[in-house]
Amino acid sequence: MSQQLSPVNSFAQMQAGRPTGPLVQGYEVIIGFETHTQLTTQSKIFSRASTAFGAEPNTQASAVDFALPGALPVMNKGAVQRAIEFGLAVNAHIAESSVFARKNYFYPDLPKGYQISQFEIPVVQGGVVEFFLPSTPSTSSGQAGSGQAALEKKSVRLVRAHLEEDAGKSLHEDFIGQSGIDLNRAGTPLLEIVTEPDMRSSAEAVAYAKELHKIVTWIGICDGNMQEGSFRCDANVSVRKPGEALGTRREIKNLNSFKFMQQAIDYEVRWQIGQIEDGHAIQQATVLFDPDTGETRSMRTKEDAADYRYFPDPDLPPLMIGRDWVEKTRSDMTKLPREMANEFVEQYGLSESDASTMTQNHATAVYFIAASNESGLPKLVCNWMMGELSRKLNAADTTFAYSQVRPSHIANLVKRIADGTISNNAAKQVFDAIWNVEGHSVDEIIERLGLKQMSDSSELDKIIDEVLAANAKNVEEVRAGNTKAMNALVGQAMKATKGKANPAQVNEMLKKKLG
Amino acid sequence: MALTSQDIERVANLARLELRPDETDRVLGQLNGFFALVAQMDAVNTEGIEPLAHPAAVLGQVALRLRDDIVSEPNQREESQKSAPAVERGLFLVPKVIE
Amino acid sequence: MSRTDLHDLSVAQLAAQLAAREVSSVEVTQHFLNRIQQHDGLGAFLATDADVSLAQARAADARLALGERAPLLGVPLAHKDIFVTRDFPTTAGSKMLAHYRSPFDATVVRQLGAQGAGMVSLGKLNCDEFAMGSGNDNSAYQPVHNPWDTTRVPGGSSGGTAAAVAARLVPAATGSDTGGSIRQPASLTGITGIKPTYGRCSRYGMVAFASSLDQAGPMARSALDCALLLSAMAGPDLDRDSTSLDLPALNYATDLIAADAGGSGSAPLKGLRIGLPTQFFGAGCSADVLQAVRGALAEFEKLGATLVDVSLPLTELSIPVYYVIAPAEASSNLSRFDGVRYGHRAANYGDLTDMYKKSRSEGFGDEVTRRIMIGTYVLSHGYYDAYYLKAQKIRRLIAEDFQKAFAQCDIIAGPVSPTVAWKIGEKSDDPVASYLADIYTLSSSLAGLPGMSVPAGFGAHGMPVGLQLIGNYFKEAQLLGTAHQFQLATDWHTHRPPGF
Repeated sequence: MSQQLSPVNSFAQMQAGRPTGPLVQGYEVIIGFETHTQLTTQSKIFSRASTAFGAEPNTQASAVDFALPGALPVMNKGAVQRAIEFGLAVNAHIAESSVFARKNYFYPDLPKGYQISQFEIPVVQGGVVEFFLPSTPSTSSGQAGSGQAALEKKSVRLVRAHLEEDAGKSLHEDFIGQSGIDLNRAGTPLLEIVTEPDMRSSAEAVAYAKELHKIVTWIGICDGNMQEGSFRCDANVSVRKPGEALGTRREIKNLNSFKFMQQAIDYEVRWQIGQIEDGHAIQQATVLFDPDTGETRSMRTKEDAADYRYFPDPDLPPLMIGRDWVEKTRSDMTKLPREMANEFVEQYGLSESDASTMTQNHATAVYFIAASNESGLPKLVCNWMMGELSRKLNAADTTFAYSQVRPSHIANLVKRIADGTISNNAAKQVFDAIWNVEGHSVDEIIERLGLKQMSDSSELDKIIDEVLAANAKNVEEVRAGNTKAMNALVGQAMKATKGKANPAQVNEMLKKKLG
Repeated sequence: MALTSQDIERVANLARLELRPDETDRVLGQLNGFFALVAQMDAVNTEGIEPLAHPAAVLGQVALRLRDDIVSEPNQREESQKSAPAVERGLFLVPKVIE
Repeated sequence: MSRTDLHDLSVAQLAAQLAAREVSSVEVTQHFLNRIQQHDGLGAFLATDADVSLAQARAADARLALGERAPLLGVPLAHKDIFVTRDFPTTAGSKMLAHYRSPFDATVVRQLGAQGAGMVSLGKLNCDEFAMGSGNDNSAYQPVHNPWDTTRVPGGSSGGTAAAVAARLVPAATGSDTGGSIRQPASLTGITGIKPTYGRCSRYGMVAFASSLDQAGPMARSALDCALLLSAMAGPDLDRDSTSLDLPALNYATDLIAADAGGSGSAPLKGLRIGLPTQFFGAGCSADVLQAVRGALAEFEKLGATLVDVSLPLTELSIPVYYVIAPAEASSNLSRFDGVRYGHRAANYGDLTDMYKKSRSEGFGDEVTRRIMIGTYVLSHGYYDAYYLKAQKIRRLIAEDFQKAFAQCDIIAGPVSPTVAWKIGEKSDDPVASYLADIYTLSSSLAGLPGMSVPAGFGAHGMPVGLQLIGNYFKEAQLLGTAHQFQLATDWHTHRPPGF
């Protein structure tokens, strides 16, 4: 839904009570997003051709997708189901009756010469996306974090989400002066998600996009594969001096990676400010971000692009969604990431930040719950998942869902750490062994590699006496107050026990003996 | 409200049609005659009336039929491209699309 | 019966002879193919293919030889070139689709063909370009001539269908009706045609003109023949057409005999109330047409029907309303003709926009261009509310007017066209004048109601006049039954144009 320049009053009313963001060169940054998410249906929204990615050109297109004379659209229930699921996930209103409209314009990847979309009455209305953003520090001295950065809760309101069909693709390489049109993608169902202009910084915008990405992949309506074009963001960006009239916005199209998203918005903001400072007015425009140059540039304007001549599609009666369908969907739906994160905080005692990480996707959450329930040690589980396991998974380019280290492995591992059977160092060895599929169970590996910490005090006592006897010089130094010497003794003791002693215990015993 | 030749130009462009200069005048005259007829609609009071987008809606609510999410259309590229003006390696060729 | 009389047989009679193995489908098909060639000058056909037709006939004969029996098996027909067919090219009467070959058949074609009723296709019938026109003089290929007077139009847009049926080049054929394109040519050529309730027949495979108005329907020389075809054509197409009504097809032919008009014997239409809208019988209709229509109505009274006056106050408004809505939908439906994936592409062009403009302007004729312009304008920014939205609101009022009228009558009757067929070329310069002549058929189209044209006599210049019968929603059986009783008692529908 396009937003015209609105008088300061109505925008101010709309935004009343919303905190402003960090000013850039004294300017307030105002951002709204439109995100096109490809839905995970098997067939297209209006035709029964496949939506699978990567097929030979034009081999996944039916008469409807080729827009042959006489072809007509027939609606895919799966697309509607996913729209309902999204609406519930963001607490939006699901319209009982919504209308499909034709958006008319000419483009070679738009075979009918119009896109079937929704205009005046979309299927999902309202809604909100909430997430956490590190608070902007009042000073920017590089204070080493002593724990967690303070988090600010943000909520971005949605205007609507509507169903529509995707266009085909134009390919330009290999053709001199020509483009090749592939209609495999034409007709893939899209849910277009539109926000109010609630975001106040590029960081917030990226955080919103990441949270939205998490939601749609979590509930399974979109595969989130940005390289394949499953999740495409357009950012509407404007700037203004606080209190002044709303600035003219420019739209940055097709932001397909989080990495470039922030860069693109930051550039655009600086560019707009530069223009204003130089006395130039901002013209409404559509721009593209060039990752090679790091700049946004205006697209060639399509004449009359704005006059889409929307009218209700006479080939499609209104979409009716009964309340029982909505309620059944609600009861069948998996718990949402934000809800689950709250539960992790309350039931497992995780910090908000850690809970957020444990709910970054469904597979992670499932893993965490399984390991925590089995071990009763959620914080340790969390540390191992965020630490060693994540490192290994990232290096191997795989995920929790496919990890050979299973939740029960982690559960047992942390139990053995907590009950003192092994030290942290030993635990790393056990972990590596499981990762490399060199053993079946934690206890078996501990046994086989002889990693049990020495628990027998009498044996340790004996060894410490031997160490003290063999290192008389160090003993004197320790008594003289030299801590380094103490460390050396601990080191000797550890060596003598082949690392199996509990260092804390060694320390304690040495101290006792030395007085 | 009478149309002007700018209207004709704008509309022709929107519809991707090309009118010769002599045609433009003729079409302008014909359309103006037509819209004089259309002005009769103003005489009807339609306050509070819902538009009738689907004729069957007069009888009661028409609802969009939903089909199951099943793939049943096979590859039909060859047959569908039989009447294509320009095809190469399965792609429809058009003059280069500049963004 | 001599073989030369084959073209005088009705669909029902041909079917009976084929079933009785008195004649083969190949013989019948060849007979009509010869006639088509013989009367090529009418301009009725755009495509024929003897090999294709005879192959279909041989297949039908094989089925008949095995003992299969079906009401239309082996009977020839032809299709208006607005229906896509695999076996013949489809042009929709336009240069835009010259040589276009559809990879699929329209549902209606499939239902009547080998996979359905088993009829044999003789080819594709000429029509006004993209079904836009009332005289079949907007065809990009050739005008069609009225067999009753070849200097006159047959009507449109199903002009080729009407001429071919009237000249007995085919026993029956399919047409399409958006604002009267079945009823009006039927009236002007003295044949019978019916436009069913909107949604009754599938639109899948009909080249779209105005999506909320287009309907397929049969045209033949009697209501009974129309009923036979409609039985095969009507029915839900739930998998392919979202506007197709989920109502089972009826066997209209058997229903015909037991038409629910009450009464029997000498007054078979006793109890039937026929409403005559005052607006249909005013000064706008020529005297000769009114005379024929009134004569026909007198016959209905003899059959037991009662005539009552009703009012359809928005009749005149139906013209601007239709000519805002239909072109608006058409302008969007025709956007797919862009020279990219099929259809005409200009030989010379510069960039992409130039390719679009040249291809479309070369491919579309004047009337189509005009309607696309109108449609684009009324949908464009700033005009949508005043034109398109306003028209759709008045459309609802028109539909409500009909419901009020149907409270007082069962069937509405009146003329189809204000005049008999005019001379070819007479109306070409003034498109608005030809729009005005659609006045009696547009309102029922807008409301989605079923309507028929039945031969009712002759008017000026000895040209045929049709009587229009409009029924309430889903009352095709009642319309056909009423028309059938009329045709049992009269013989207008049996008159043949001299020389055919």
